[in-house]
Order: sequence, then structure tokens, then C-alpha cells
Amino acid sequence: MTKQPAAVVGVGQTHHRAKREDVSMAGLCREAIDRALEDAGMTLDEIDAIVVGKAPDLFEGVMMPELFLAEALGAAGKPLLRVHTAGSVGGSTAIVASLLVQAGVHRKVLTVAYEKQSESNAMWALSVPLPFNMPVHAGAGGYFAPHVRSYIRRSNAPTHVGAIVAAKDRQNALRNPYAHLKNPDTTVESVLASQMLWDPIRYDETCPSSDGACALVIVSEDVAAASPNPAWIHGTVMRSEATTAAERDQVNPQASRDAAAALWKQAGITNPLEEIDAAEIYVPFSWFEPMWLESLGFAEENGGGWRLTESGGTAMDGVLPVNCSGGVLSSNPIGASGMLRFGEAALQVRGAAGEHQVDGARRALGHAYGGGSQFFAMWVVGAEKPSN
Amino acid sequence: MTRTLSAPVTVAFDYTRSTGPVLGRFLTGLRDAKLVGGRTSEGKVVVPPPEFDPVTHAAIDDFVEVAPTGTVTSWTWVPEPVAGQPFDRPFAFVLVTLDGADAPFLHALDVSSPDQVSTGMRVQVRWADERVGAITDIAGLEPATGNGPTAVDAPEGRLGENPVTGVITPVSLDYQYAASPEESAFYRGLNEGRIVGQRCPTCRKVYVPPRSACPADGTPTAEEVEVSQTGTITTFCIVNVPFLGQKITPPYVSAYVLLDGADIAILHLILGVPADEVRMGMRVKAVWKPEEEWTYSLENIDHFEPTGDPDADYDTYRHHL
Repeated sequence: MTKQPAAVVGVGQTHHRAKREDVSMAGLCREAIDRALEDAGMTLDEIDAIVVGKAPDLFEGVMMPELFLAEALGAAGKPLLRVHTAGSVGGSTAIVASLLVQAGVHRKVLTVAYEKQSESNAMWALSVPLPFNMPVHAGAGGYFAPHVRSYIRRSNAPTHVGAIVAAKDRQNALRNPYAHLKNPDTTVESVLASQMLWDPIRYDETCPSSDGACALVIVSEDVAAASPNPAWIHGTVMRSEATTAAERDQVNPQASRDAAAALWKQAGITNPLEEIDAAEIYVPFSWFEPMWLESLGFAEENGGGWRLTESGGTAMDGVLPVNCSGGVLSSNPIGASGMLRFGEAALQVRGAAGEHQVDGARRALGHAYGGGSQFFAMWVVGAEKPSN
Repeated sequence: MTRTLSAPVTVAFDYTRSTGPVLGRFLTGLRDAKLVGGRTSEGKVVVPPPEFDPVTHAAIDDFVEVAPTGTVTSWTWVPEPVAGQPFDRPFAFVLVTLDGADAPFLHALDVSSPDQVSTGMRVQVRWADERVGAITDIAGLEPATGNGPTAVDAPEGRLGENPVTGVITPVSLDYQYAASPEESAFYRGLNEGRIVGQRCPTCRKVYVPPRSACPADGTPTAEEVEVSQTGTITTFCIVNVPFLGQKITPPYVSAYVLLDGADIAILHLILGVPADEVRMGMRVKAVWKPEEEWTYSLENIDHFEPTGDPDADYDTYRHHL
């Protein structure tokens, strides 16, 4: 039995902010859900199943959100699943929802991912000292900075490339009404002048800490027929690997390369740089744009990524516009950040991205990663129904 | 001697919860010694009010004050209370339907024996003297006196003023952190001033610390290999940012050190050189704390410092990045 076609017909998100003290977690989720349902022209009652994702438990001190959220999510009497893959959770949650439709189990699935970073302290949660160990951990920035340094060394990248990414994404965010950071004055020079936090990562090359949520409505072919602009799902892939292993490639992990290869094959894509019109790539620290461009096969390893970024190829008017929404660097409700990438990719191929729309986008990539670069979730969505 | 080492670890944080308008209204009521329920689309009054209607899914916005008295619908006896429970003496958890409400509400009933609890019994709220807008503003429930709850100082008509919008939820989890047998051997070696890894019998890689399951093939590492106390910095970052719970004062260099004889780097602190002079490929050696301070920890090595030798060739460690 082959996969059934599935499409995104509703996308909703909150206005991401440092603190959303006006709403509870349930209220935050419902803001995104209500917008996604309105976009889909649907009510909660019509939904067959709900799939929820959130950030790691210690980030919010909530271990089983599905228990207290069930009623608010409209899940009474329906299947409710929770997905958990660290920072990539928003992406893998959307994929699990899409698989329920592609498998023919459900026809209308609602998926939502959220995080209220303001209720906790992610830096603390990622750095809890353990007995017997050396307490040199320093949050996500402390974890990824050495690997960014490795990339710069391997690829002989000029040190300002990270700043190019940060300035581009902050400027893109000005076109996205939902984005958290709105800094019109951010330039390459201002990024380079910002404080060095985790050398070689500067303050302005770092994602913010946001409260926010994202929701998608994913439906079967017959339901999608009623939508004026469904985003058809052309491929979905998840891959994992160990956090630490002897000679593990931390710059370009095997799981990432394998996931990308499988994704392009599924989507019938042979030249991603030519065939993808817009990409929403999970870039929490600026340097991960060139790193993932190489890992995903948009550019050659050990330098193609930074050359593409430096040439302006990833700008709104470039050969591959990357993170037209402003990306994770402009809004980072961690639990939702992956789903925002997936949802923004869907908005692009639906022609519904507003001021950050890429003209004529027909196929787009949504990408998320998590843990110590060990969980990967990706999808390709298209304006056309998939032929495979 | 036990096979494995273990040590206590406490993970604690005071989470700051935003209540949203519905639960905020309920908690505002408690602060003002009033019980607030929400009326659902089916006309039922539920305490605490649900944030969203179970039938229409709309936000609840019809609030109703109910009585501080009610009837027990079910209960369970707690003979040995644990820390954090409403009372430090035996008590009952009860479901009570407050007068004016249609659904039961869970709280603690302060009686000294299970013989004093029964389904159908009448109870009343005992307000806390100091109320802050939290469920603990109800100190507990007690058998009804007929006169209703003892009056407390609560201004009339204040409901809804200065609404409660947040609560602080302290969470504290006490764990016994257990090292695996393989890791325990490593920590015991550190207690003797040695750095002892183990070789995986399948892929032949030397793991420091050793592993119960090699991440490449799942085999437990076995053959002990004492590695050198000298190694190469593969990559590193300079931590300039202070954060909650930090143990080392920034700025400091956190580096991956690939010890000679090991196939995986360990993360450690670099001192004895200005941070901006630390390089990839720099050769470093372990500097131990005084022996009388040794425990079973990687912290027995105070830090690594440069040996002064020429840097390692990039090709000797590039496959460890």
C-alpha cells in the first residue's frame, strides 16, 4: 500500500514575544490553533486527532503537557499524541501528524507545538551540573560554539559570514508581523560589534528566548480539494544519532546527511539548489546557515555554504532565499521553532507568506534539528500535488 | 565496595507561571477569600473554571461565585503525608462539590482519623491567614460547623481588582545519580591520579570515559587502557556569558581535549594561558588538584594547561571535529 497524499491547509502562529504573561500555556496554544483552524476554514470539532510537541521538560517544568492541555486542545474523545525530540520537536511533531494522514488513519489532523521560555531558564536547564563531571557546560551556545569554530577552521571561512546571516535574518524579520525581534538597525557591522558571548559566537548571532506557538492543519487529498491553496507534502524524513561517539562528525553529522539524501530522493529532487525555491532552515546560531547548506546538499562541503551565504545567495532575492520569515534567529520559542520552519515553508508554496513571500515559490524546505545536532526532521512541501 | 558509584543531585527551579485570564480570575478570588467558578455552555458551574468550554471550545468568560461550603463526593485517607502535601499530619484528600457548583473540586480535609470522613459529609473552607493568589490560600477543608467558615480579613467588592496574573511554582527533584560500572571504573581511576579509558572490543576505539554501550555498535567497552595525561585541544569556546547555576566564573575556556591514546575528546577547562591565545591543536597537560582534595570526579583534574610543545598537526585531529 502506498502513501496517501496529504496537504497543509491551515497555518497559525502567535505573535512571538520575550514574555507572553497575558496567556497560559493552553491560551498560547489556542491562539495558534484558532488561527490555523480559521485559515483551514475548519472547527475543532471536525478534527480527527491532535499531535502536540513542546520543548524538553526541564525548560518549562512541565513533564506531561498532554494531561492538562487535553481539554484546551479539544482532544476530549480523540487521539492525542505527544512527540519529543528536543529542539527538532516542532518538525518531528508535524511529521508524525502528516504520517497519520499519509497512512490513511485520519483525514484531518491538528498539530501544535509551543514553548513559554519566560516561565523558566533554558540556559540553566541545559547546564545542570552532574556529579563526577566537570561543570564546564554553558548552555546551547557553549555546546555549539566549539563546533562552529571547527566549521570555520575546516572551511577557511572569513569570520564575518556569521554576521551576514544574522543581519539578513533580522532584516527579513521586519517583513514578518509575527517575528519576535524587530531591529531595523541591525547590519553586518553592528553584529560584528556586538558582545562575544561564546567565542566565536556573538550576541547578535544568537537566537532570542521567546514565548510562542505554531499550529498546522494537515488533511487528506479529498479534504484538501476544498482548499484554494494546499501545501502538498512531497517528502518527510527524521533521523537520529548518538550525541557523542568516537570520531563523530559534529559539524556535518551523518544523520543530517542521510536525512537530506533520503528527503531529496523522496521528493524527486536531484538538484536541491535549483529545485527548491525557498528554505526555512533551523539556524539558532548564525553560522548554522552555511553549515546546514552544506549538510543539506545545497552547497559543496567545506566552504560551499559560506560562499553561497557571502554571495547573497540566501537573501530574499538570492538563488535560494533562506529564512525569509526571520528564522530562529528572530523568533525562538524552542518547542515551536521547528514547526514554524515547517509552517513557513508551507506558507511560501501557498503564496500566503505576505511581505516575506518569495515570488512564485513552488517547492520549499522546512528543516529542524535538536539535541547535540543529533535529531533531524525535514520536509518538502509543494504547490503541486506530488506525482510519486 | 559496590560496583557502581552514585551521588545525590538536586534539580530545583522556581518556575514562573502565567495563569491567563481564567485561572487568574480563580486565583484572584482565592486571594480575596472568594471561590470563583466558571459557567460552561451547558450551564454547569465548575470550580476551578476550565480555561476553555468542553463543548464549544470557546474561552470561559462567565464567572460565578460559589459558597465556601460543600458536600464530600469521594475521599481517600493519607496516613503518612510526604513533604509538600497540605498537612504534615494524617489527613484525607476529598472531592467536594461546593454549594452552587456542579462539579467536584479536590482539596485536603483536616481530620485526625478516617472514621471522621464519609461521603455525603458537609465541609467548609478554612482560609489561610495570608493569601497571595494560590491554591494554598485555602489552608484546607474542615467539617462544617453550621456557621460557615471563620471570617477572614477580605475587603468587600474587591474581586477582580489587581488581578493575579502569575504564580511561582517551585519544583525540586532529588535524584540519586548513578554512574555506570564502566564510568565508575573511570572515576575510581581519577581517585588514584590515573585517566583510565576502555577499548570497545568491536570497533577497537578507546573511550574516555568508557561506555556501557559503545555508541557505534552497542558493545560495552571492556579492556582497560590508561591514556596519557597530555593531549591536543581539538576545538573550544571562550565562555564570556554568566548564567544561573554557573560553577566557574567567566571568562573561561571550555575545550575538547583529545588525550594521547584516546579516540574521543573530553570536555575540560583550560588555564595557564590567556584565553585569546588558546588555539586548535594546542598541546596541553592535566594539572591535578592537591591529592588530599581528590574525590571520584573529573574535577580532580583542576584544569589543563599548555605543555609548551609545538601545536599538533591539523591532520592528526581533524577527524575528531
